[in-house]
Amino acid sequence: MTDAAELQRRTAQLLADHPPATTGRTEFLEARFDAGLAWVHYPEGLGGLGAPRSLQAVVDAALEAAGAPDNDPRRIGIGLGMAAPTILKYGTDEQKRRFLRPLWTGEEVWCQLFSEPGAGSDLAALGTRAVRADDGDWVVNGQKVWTSSAHVARWAILIARTDPDVPKHAGITYFLCDMTDPGVEVRPLRQITGEAEFNEVFLTEVRIPDARRLGEVGEGWRVAQTTLNNERVAIGGMRLPREGGMIGPVARTWRERPELRTHDLHQRLLKLWVEAEVARLTGERLRQQLASGQPGPEGAGMKLAFARLNQEISGLEVELRGEEGLLYDDWTMRRPELVDFTGRDAGYRYLRSKGNSIEGGTSEVLLNIVAERVLGLPSEPRTDKDVAWKDLAR
Amino acid sequence: MSTQPDLLYTEEEEALRSAVRDLLTDRLDPAGVIARTESDAPHDVSLWKTLTGDMGLAGLLIPEELDGQGATHREAAVVLEELGRAVAPVPYLTSAVVATEALLECGADDLLAGLASATTVAALAVGLHSAPGAAFPAVRLENGLLSGELTGIADAVAADLLLVPADDGGLYAVDASAATVTPQVSFDLTRPLATVTLSGVAAGRRRGDAAPAVRRALRAGAGLLASEQLGLAEWALTETVRYLKERKQFNRSVGGFQALKHRLAQLWLEVVNLRAAARAAADALANGEDADLATAVAQAYAAAVAVRAAEEALQLHAGIGMTWEHPVHLCLKRAKADSIAYGTAGAHRAAVAELVDLRAP
Repeated sequence: MTDAAELQRRTAQLLADHPPATTGRTEFLEARFDAGLAWVHYPEGLGGLGAPRSLQAVVDAALEAAGAPDNDPRRIGIGLGMAAPTILKYGTDEQKRRFLRPLWTGEEVWCQLFSEPGAGSDLAALGTRAVRADDGDWVVNGQKVWTSSAHVARWAILIARTDPDVPKHAGITYFLCDMTDPGVEVRPLRQITGEAEFNEVFLTEVRIPDARRLGEVGEGWRVAQTTLNNERVAIGGMRLPREGGMIGPVARTWRERPELRTHDLHQRLLKLWVEAEVARLTGERLRQQLASGQPGPEGAGMKLAFARLNQEISGLEVELRGEEGLLYDDWTMRRPELVDFTGRDAGYRYLRSKGNSIEGGTSEVLLNIVAERVLGLPSEPRTDKDVAWKDLAR
Repeated sequence: MSTQPDLLYTEEEEALRSAVRDLLTDRLDPAGVIARTESDAPHDVSLWKTLTGDMGLAGLLIPEELDGQGATHREAAVVLEELGRAVAPVPYLTSAVVATEALLECGADDLLAGLASATTVAALAVGLHSAPGAAFPAVRLENGLLSGELTGIADAVAADLLLVPADDGGLYAVDASAATVTPQVSFDLTRPLATVTLSGVAAGRRRGDAAPAVRRALRAGAGLLASEQLGLAEWALTETVRYLKERKQFNRSVGGFQALKHRLAQLWLEVVNLRAAARAAADALANGEDADLATAVAQAYAAAVAVRAAEEALQLHAGIGMTWEHPVHLCLKRAKADSIAYGTAGAHRAAVAELVDLRAP
């Protein structure tokens, strides 16, 4: 068993062998991966040491103190948070060796080809088809949407329908798609904020070798559950200071601009300040539960709470700004690599936060999940359960 | 704020919870509580004796050298969660927390020993609606005699000792038998209010300054009330979920209708948030750090959740929820009264505004 002392020793060794001051960023990150200090709970040889996940903090703290480069988990969040755990669980040895290292170092960015114009909350209804060719390759045709990072991604996790004659959850297969292959076309999808953070991805006669299939044919839905569960885990777990979220900018505006204050806005601001503080404490409680090895169901609710709060707080701030609230900072179409919530104006935050109750599962769907999985209430009636996908209404 | 509060429950706290819950399950049935509220003795004295005598819970906040348990607000909060779940008619919050804190501030060691062993039940003679830091009425002190009337005093009918603020700025301990305690018809039948009338009662010695003692007492009361509200809200949610899984209408479990599922899921979210806020307040009171703000935040949030949980429980139980025999009304009356006790949410929001520099126009 690798304990904290052992990890500290290995971290010190890594820093001695590759001093951050004189080592290139990628070189350092590769050495860190090879030393098993990338994600310590992963197996040896795949960036880890089979240590308890909670000990990662020991390594991270020592490396941060030494000024070692970070792999910028925000930029490569989909790869780290979703593709990696899925590949680890379902991938072949060859796939794990090929993909995990460049994924972790950030050399290869990943995106997620799941949602479709006709399959959002009802993701299993997806219609992108993968058909087996005579040579064993898969030929993929279809359209995906809301794909973050597709314009910078080297690889994608993809789910496609391989059997339309069985019910919708049964005929899906999971693939690793090369975004540079012929037939993959990425088009920016401009949003209400003016920028194009997401993309549409058109797949036309894209050939994917069978060696890039993840899991068994027809087992894609089960594989995707691993991805989706990890997506929800990735949200939350952050340690926020007081006023660390969206409430920060509006509180600062209130303090700095007394001429904008009204009694009505004061009441609303205080109510939201309290709710933001309580939501922060709930997130902190969840983090403490995870750290002490007693995860609770609170995570299911955090996204719901923050979606509503972000929308109300940013809406309040637009009003608080009064005359300035009639203006917008910049409508220029841009393609950001990262969403920057607090770096832009209140109007941008208001419009962007409208997506918080839609992306990663709508609030309505998440409320059903809480009601069914946490409270144990009866599930929604399922009229599509035993019907072949091709016979479903669409 | 230097450190994050500890928001979890320790193993000892969970053991304490189990012990209190087991006792309440054995000893307190809703029908009995309802019957008691209609009698002359609204408090469950026998239950109180077990909680305080056998289990020593009245002395949690009192140091060991004064025969107390030397525990903290974190443990007292766990007890209050369970008492809130059961809407238990015992003077725990008023005597073991609020009056105890006032005497701790005064350094009234001789009286604290009696509270710790629960041979004495005490009540702070300040109206239950008072927020920490708000002005409070005082009785006249003339020639060593106290005279005047104080109203809205919670659990005074169960008290042996009344802690009375006087117009010289001092706090005095008066034997309840020397005062006239007149029950008021209270909205919350399980935490009854009374008028305390003093007609030239010997003041005895001044125990300390009233203002800091009352302020500290009400702050602890407000902070730990959030845990009582949490317990109450949790009971309302759990009972409603259980009922809606069993109850069938239109050939389906009522709990399977999405409109109701969303309401219950929403309520669950609020209860989860309330737990974090209540734990933060209890932890802050225990450590003395950030306690004013943590208490104000918890009380600015808690009342709305507890009231809504009780109101949703009533609505979703429908017809049966409207009856006297179903305990949901005990829960609703307690929740609504709690929304005024130790300051309304609005009063606590105003406190937040001062504490974090978000001033009114």
